[in-house]
Parts: sequence; structure tokens; C-alpha cells
Amino acid sequence: MANQVQYIFDDKNLRNSEPQKYKAEDLKSEEMVINIGPQHPSTHGVLRLEVVTNGEEVVEVVPHIGFLHRCFEKHAESIPYNQTIPFVDRMDYLAAMNSEHAYAMGVEKMLGIQDKIPKRVEYIRVLVAELNRLGSHFVALGSYGADTGALTPFFWMLRDREHILRLLEWASGARMLYNYIWIGGLFYDLPVGFEERCSEFITYLKPKLSELEKLFINNKIFVDRTANVGVLPIDLAINAGVTGPMLRGSGLKYDLRKIDGYSVYNELDFDVPVGKGKMGTVGDCWDRTWVRVEECHESIKIIEQCLVGLKGDHKRTRDFDPQELVPKKIRPKAQDLYVRSENPKGELGFFFRADGKSDIPFRCKSRGPSFMNLSVINDIAKGGLIADLIAIVGSIDIVLGEVDR
Amino acid sequence: MIFEEILEQINAHLSDTLVKSIDENASPKAIVIDKSSLDELMIFLHKKDNLYFDSLSCLTGLDNGVEANTMEVIYNLYSIPYDHHLMVKVILERTSPILPTVTSIWKTADWQEREAYDMLGIKFLGHPDLRRILMPADWDGYPLRKDHTDQEYYRGIKIDY
Repeated sequence: MANQVQYIFDDKNLRNSEPQKYKAEDLKSEEMVINIGPQHPSTHGVLRLEVVTNGEEVVEVVPHIGFLHRCFEKHAESIPYNQTIPFVDRMDYLAAMNSEHAYAMGVEKMLGIQDKIPKRVEYIRVLVAELNRLGSHFVALGSYGADTGALTPFFWMLRDREHILRLLEWASGARMLYNYIWIGGLFYDLPVGFEERCSEFITYLKPKLSELEKLFINNKIFVDRTANVGVLPIDLAINAGVTGPMLRGSGLKYDLRKIDGYSVYNELDFDVPVGKGKMGTVGDCWDRTWVRVEECHESIKIIEQCLVGLKGDHKRTRDFDPQELVPKKIRPKAQDLYVRSENPKGELGFFFRADGKSDIPFRCKSRGPSFMNLSVINDIAKGGLIADLIAIVGSIDIVLGEVDR
Repeated sequence: MIFEEILEQINAHLSDTLVKSIDENASPKAIVIDKSSLDELMIFLHKKDNLYFDSLSCLTGLDNGVEANTMEVIYNLYSIPYDHHLMVKVILERTSPILPTVTSIWKTADWQEREAYDMLGIKFLGHPDLRRILMPADWDGYPLRKDHTDQEYYRGIKIDY
């Protein structure tokens, strides 16, 4: 094995596997193609951008994706429903809890047990999902700071995110890829003392967030770099399937947690922040970032309410078994189902087709929010500067694991 | 608007024979149509004031296998202002899976149709840029087809190791 040839090098390999859309002879004399990525820190992963430029100006952006394609849909068609959950984690690896929640909800709906799930289980699900949402937004904000030339927010955000990861590790045993939310329940109940530790963390986090606002998003350098850059008009956003903080940054109050009110979100009190163009135009990069910061505040609100619920009405009892409803055999009736939920990046949807004869889905398609959000990049980066393109890619907040699936 | 009202609207304004069948089991409930009426129906659903399906949430390509000898394209539509859903299914012949594109109505269909093309080889007529999106351009076959077998070697690397 050791001496076996692993890869036969050929000049033409890259050109054959991922051909450029624009060839030198198609360009005007002043135009030039610049290739950004796939190995570049500002592309946030293995994303390759073919940029046609005219001097400093961006004429067209052609994203090339698929470098992190791990055949999620093909895998899902070959293993039982419950075994797909670890694969779901690996799609959006920064918000695994949220994706698990969406997936579990979908399969529960197919089985018709969605109303039987105990309230405590639902509260724990929402609690961990919101913690994970905070973690995801922290990475988005921190790395966006690094993109735009401020390194301190990156360190601060990852420091605070580490507390979240440790809390989730305590609950589930893993730092990022949890397999914690199961179909019909949870892997385990929360560990004893989790609620108290969580409240301590919230108390610690609140002043840190206002510190971040002062240091980062209200900073003049950052405002100059992002305000009026990459403006995404609301009609284009809806038409292009953009969801999540990006759509809300464009000024539409659209949050599936409010609209669908799935799980126990309809019992919780929180606001949906929308971009107002405070520093420039509605829908610019600054608005999107601001929406993420505001959402962190809202998530904290939700977590606090969940903790009240988990210590009060739905508190820990000796006979509580989070795996009580977990089905031994998952065989939904033949049906098609589309389920959606609000992930930190936007609407995560799953389309299932069950044939009623096996424990394996006939088809499981995932609609990744990052995938749809990234597709709009050419429209908003066109006509800007290359430096702005970097700011725009950062503000979209993509996770390549989910773009490529 | 509930499914029955949407269906009534479609039947009232478009031809009666447009909706071939209804799938009550699906969630959201689905209508099955012919690919020849796809353009007409989608433009109607998007433009009609009280339907106004302004977002195409999800476009799924699906292979029913060699025995059934059909493929499907499933559109999950959602109207943001009216908060109603509709699933539209188009059944295609497996030997020539070709249907018109909806990119001129929803921009979001661009990448989703490319994905369906990449994974299942469904061709969307009139798509502005129908290239493979996730798989390498020199990959053989369409991986999500039920009868797909990987090529033996890719650039000298044995695939089935």
C-alpha cells in the first residue's frame, strides 16, 4: 500500500475537473481573471472564486464549489434514519445542534409523534440549539472581524465560544459534532448542575457582548469598511432564496422560529431584529453584521427563558427518561415531507420521501441556507472593488460544509 | 390560503386538465402536473395576487429507479406574505429527463437546478448556465441515480478501494 501511486499528476487535471467559465480570449483587453481560493483565509473554507476584474473593479464573480462534497444525500439513502444524524452534524459543523433539531423534527413529523415529545425534551433542544446559535454567530462575527482587518474580535469571540463548546461537551460528550438530539428524544438528560452553570455563563456573556459592540461593530474603521458595501435589495433577496440574517439584514422580518413557531418557540418571548440601514443603506454588510449581534441578545433571552422553564415547570425528575419515545424501529408511512427550521445561517430544509417499506429514506434532500445565500454573491459584488468582495463574502457567513454537503 | 382554495384558484384560471392528480399524503399537500404545463402554472402561481408564491424553498430531483422508469422534480413553494405552502411534482421519463427551467421566475432555481442536473442528469431547458456544480466536470455519470455505479478509476486512483 505504501508504494502505491496515490495521485497521478497532470497539468490538465484542474482544468478538466473545474474549468474556468471565462477564457482569456473571451475577455476584453482591460479585463483579467483573478482566482481567489480555494485555499485562502478570507473564503472561509474551500471556496474558489473566479473573479473577472477590470483594474480594481469586479466585473463578475463565478463561485466554484464542491471541494468539500461528502455525498450527504447519497449516504442518507443508504443508512437508517437515526444513523443519519451524525452526517447531519457534519453539514453545518458550526451549528450541529440546530441541524439535528431540524432533522429530528422532520422524521418525527413523518412518524406522527411530534406532539408527544415531552416538554422538557423540547426545552432542552431549544436551549442547546440557541447556545449553538450563539456559537455560530460568534464565529461569524469573529472571522468577519479578521476579514476586515481587526484581529481582536476574533480572539474575543472564540474565547467566549469556547465556554459554549465546553457546556455542550458536558451535555453531549463532543465539542462540535454532538449527535445529541435524537429522533423522539435526546441522547441524555442535561447533566446535574448544567442549568446553574448556564446561568453563570449568561451573566458573564452579557457585558462581553456590549463590549463587542463598542469595540467592533460601532468602530469607525469597521463602519467605513462595511457600510454601503454589498447592498442586497429585499426583492432580489427573496427571489434568490436568501434567508436568515442576510434576509433580515435586508429589512424583512422573516424568522421561521416566529412564523412556524416550531418546537416551543411559540411559548417563548423574543424579537426579530431587522436591518434598518443605521450606518448606510438597508441591506449592506454592516446591517447583516448588526442583525447577527442583535440576534445574540435575542438568543440570550431565549436561553434565560428556557432555563426558567427547565428549573421550574419542567424540572428534572428521577423517572424522566429522554429516550422514552425514541423508536426502536423507524419506519414511516409512504409519504413526501418538507420540513424547515431556522438555522443560524437561514432556512434549513429537508425533503424526505419514505416508501413505507424500509427504515431507509428513499430520498433525503437537504436545502442548505449557506448554499442559497452564496448563490447571490455575483449580484451583490458586481461593480464593487476586490477589497469589498472580501467584505461581502465574510458578511454572507457561509459554512462550506453546508454549501457542498 | 389552504390547499383546497389554491387548487380552486388553479382550476378556475387555468385549464381543468392541468392538475393531473393530487397527493393528500404529502406535507405540504402536493399537485402533480405535466411538464408541458409547468411554465404556465409557475408563472401563474408567482404572479397571481392572492397566491403570490414569491419563494421557491426547495427544488428536489428524484430518481424512482429502473423498474418504475421515472424521475421526478419536486418544487416546494412558499408565499411569504400569505404564509401558504404548495408542493408541485413533475414526473418525467427516465430515458429523457428534460423539462423547462424556472430560473426566469425565481433566481434561486439557478443553483438548485444545477444541483439536480449534477446529481441526476435532469436537463433544464433554457437554463442560462447548466454546468456541474458539486461534482468535478470530468466525472462520469450521475451519482444520485439509483443504478449509478462509480467509474473504476478517477485520474489513476481506484475509487472502490
